[in-house]
Amino acid sequence: MSTSIHIAPWQVAASLVLVALAAAISFWQQADLERDILVATGRSIVQLTLVGYAIKLIFDADTIWLVLLLLAVMVFFGAITARHRAAKVPDSFGPLLIALALAGASTLGLVVALGIFEPTPRYLVPVGGMVIGNAMTASAVALNRLGDEMGEARARIEATLSLGATAREAAAPTVRRSLRSGMITLVDSTKTTGLIFFPGTMVGMLLAGASPTDAVRLQLILLYTLLGSVSISALTATLLAYRHFFTPAAQLREPGV
Amino acid sequence: MLFELREVGLDRGGRAVLDRFDARIEEGSTAIVGPSGAGKSTLLRLLNRLADPDRGAIEFRGRPLDSYDPLALRRQVSLVPQLPALLEGTVESNLRYAAELAGEELDVEATLARAGLDLSFAEREVSQLSVGEQQRAMLARALAQQPEVLLLDEPTSALDHAARDRIEAALAELRREQEVSIVLVSHDPEQARRLGDQVLEMPA
Repeated sequence: MSTSIHIAPWQVAASLVLVALAAAISFWQQADLERDILVATGRSIVQLTLVGYAIKLIFDADTIWLVLLLLAVMVFFGAITARHRAAKVPDSFGPLLIALALAGASTLGLVVALGIFEPTPRYLVPVGGMVIGNAMTASAVALNRLGDEMGEARARIEATLSLGATAREAAAPTVRRSLRSGMITLVDSTKTTGLIFFPGTMVGMLLAGASPTDAVRLQLILLYTLLGSVSISALTATLLAYRHFFTPAAQLREPGV
Repeated sequence: MLFELREVGLDRGGRAVLDRFDARIEEGSTAIVGPSGAGKSTLLRLLNRLADPDRGAIEFRGRPLDSYDPLALRRQVSLVPQLPALLEGTVESNLRYAAELAGEELDVEATLARAGLDLSFAEREVSQLSVGEQQRAMLARALAQQPEVLLLDEPTSALDHAARDRIEAALAELRREQEVSIVLVSHDPEQARRLGDQVLEMPA
């Protein structure tokens, strides 16, 4: 993968025409998103530029410790971000942090151990970012669902507890559905990949001048890596978080306590 | 003495649902009556430790309630909530689930009959049942565990007269022949008198 292309600042600036178009549509149709579009555009420029410099720094330093530090920061902020979507789950930060760390460490560890990628910043930074990002989305969706379901299924869960079921047994159908909803998006998009949309990595590689065969192979590796990471994170987050709804005596905690 | 409650208090949302509540519930059948909001359902939930009191003490057969393992206690002291909340699947799969939790053999037909349902209900999906049928399936599910004590929260609230009479007869029989103790919440004073050896009135 020695291909590279150069993008001049004026090319980026020119693409802002399309942002203006989006804002114009929003204004014309009173979708009331102009402000959000402006903020989104500004943030994307600042955030990506900063990350770009950070990645350049890490590539230049070429040391694994900086990579690990960057991944740890991603895990931490990923857990903070996901926590907002899991607002109905008590103390969701811990489960999310563990879920993201485990998903990142195990999938990256595995692809390196299998010899798929070399343990260098050039691979670990972008792949780690995707793995943790997808793990964050999956665990956030799973815990969001868990919070909703634990509220809706309260009567059924308590009725099951009253038969002498453990918290684990009483929550099992809820945990199962939450795990499913965390994983289903990626499973579905993996099914339709290439038919309905071209995934980002493949698009990037084609634009950068790589051969379509290489682009497809790398994309497949990444999709499968993400499937692994998404299932580990959704499973870990739900299995750790459902316990927070119960007392040690297998009683449902009162909501908001 | 089945249950003894001394100065029991429980708060929810900054409000006392029960406060300094004393009661002695004997073996046999006890009907609990009282106005809405008196804490009747809460009382039943305390008796099989779906909740623990914030204040006071509860004893079950002379031992502090919280000295029992909650899971074992709930298989022995079975609560049937007012609103049906069965697991997805058939009536029979619900009965099996409960029986397996309690480590009991299951006679589907006899268990259904004791709750006023015939064998044709075994294969029915719970989502296809009326509320009254679900209520009886909930009772059958509790009976599948062969509990020593049944806590029933308004067990006939969704039933017509004929079905109510069948359940009342079934409960009387359980009481007589299986020596199951029954604690039942009812809003109907007539029913309380019919079913309760003892009637416990809860203050508003």
